[in-house]
Amino acid sequence: MSVLEMRSVSMVYGEGPAEVHALRDVSLGVEEGELIAVMGPSGSGKSTLLTIAGTLEEPTNGEVLVAGTAVAGMSRDDRARLRRRSIGYVFQDFNLLAGLTAAENVSLPLELDGVPVRSAREQGLHALEELGLRDREGNFPDELSGGERQRVAIARAVVGQRKLLLADEPSGALDSANGEAVMRLIRAACQRGVAGVVVTHDAQLASWADRVLFLRDGRVVDQTSPAAGPESLLAPNP
Amino acid sequence: MSVRHALLALLSEGPKYGLQLRQEFVARTGEVWPLNVGQVYTTLQRLERDGLVESDGEEDGPQKGFRITAEGEAELAEWLRTPPDLSSPPRDEQSHRRYLVQLMQEWTRLKEYSAQRDLGFGLAVDAELFRLEAVVRWLDAAEGRIKRASEEPVDDQAVPLPKTPRKAVVRR
Repeated sequence: MSVLEMRSVSMVYGEGPAEVHALRDVSLGVEEGELIAVMGPSGSGKSTLLTIAGTLEEPTNGEVLVAGTAVAGMSRDDRARLRRRSIGYVFQDFNLLAGLTAAENVSLPLELDGVPVRSAREQGLHALEELGLRDREGNFPDELSGGERQRVAIARAVVGQRKLLLADEPSGALDSANGEAVMRLIRAACQRGVAGVVVTHDAQLASWADRVLFLRDGRVVDQTSPAAGPESLLAPNP
Repeated sequence: MSVRHALLALLSEGPKYGLQLRQEFVARTGEVWPLNVGQVYTTLQRLERDGLVESDGEEDGPQKGFRITAEGEAELAEWLRTPPDLSSPPRDEQSHRRYLVQLMQEWTRLKEYSAQRDLGFGLAVDAELFRLEAVVRWLDAAEGRIKRASEEPVDDQAVPLPKTPRKAVVRR
């Protein structure tokens, strides 16, 4: 079953002459364990796609299903619960809360969802451990490097039983070694059963995905076929 | 332009070997369109099957030569006479970009499994990834530039003609 399914989704902002078609008839499905990348220039609709996939906005037309349930039919509260429990976000600028330690940042979404503090803390530490940050649990964001901050943000995005990981230029502010580390972690999270969507203009980031969709003016104009596998590089070359 | 028509065009200049076709293709596309020799031979086999080229009957390999047939000439002429379909968005840059990103995905997959164990290999894969990325970025930049140019037509009147540069005064 697709964890995320978008069916003929369109998004129009404004009216009349000021009308902007941010997305036009976009359909995509992301399976459990799959990582897809959406690549496009600024203004191509990448961020809109992510906001709609994250149920933060409703599309003008079309349907969005998360874990098989149509988002349109949900009450405000149900939608907020879905976001807290099933969807994790990773942003370019990390968005960690400065007044909370790494461990508190990671367990916060669980606590907001009513998970008892002790259990939330345990799950948070487990997520930090998986990302190699166990020894940084008590540090505040400004005591961490950029790469470490983004790892904390990924831990926060996958903590608990999250099914869908959405990332907007997740290594945009990092150097290429840290960027690669971030993509390795996102990929590893997907291999543990999360469905991932990364939007980016960066081909090196996108190439970590199983499938790359190309977005232009709000439309998916092309996509890569499932990776042929590294063997294909070994074709006879003089 | 497809690889098929590109090879027919190169063969219309005279008989050639597979390797030579690859070299000429790469040289004439400014090396931004990578083509491996496997693709050249597969395409040549299909062209031969369709009767558009013939080989000199040598064993498969570098010594095998190819020449265009009358049917091939006709196919090439037909293609040259057909104007590109401008009503649909241009597909060439798109398929080129897709091809490059697919290659990058494969290199990344290799890196994912082996680069942490083998430093030299990781460095070599990085070099290839940065090279491919550069071409993708160039395509993106070109696309952006063309798009902006079509949205803001240049007003000839508004562009001042470049003044003749003053002669440099050479002090001795």
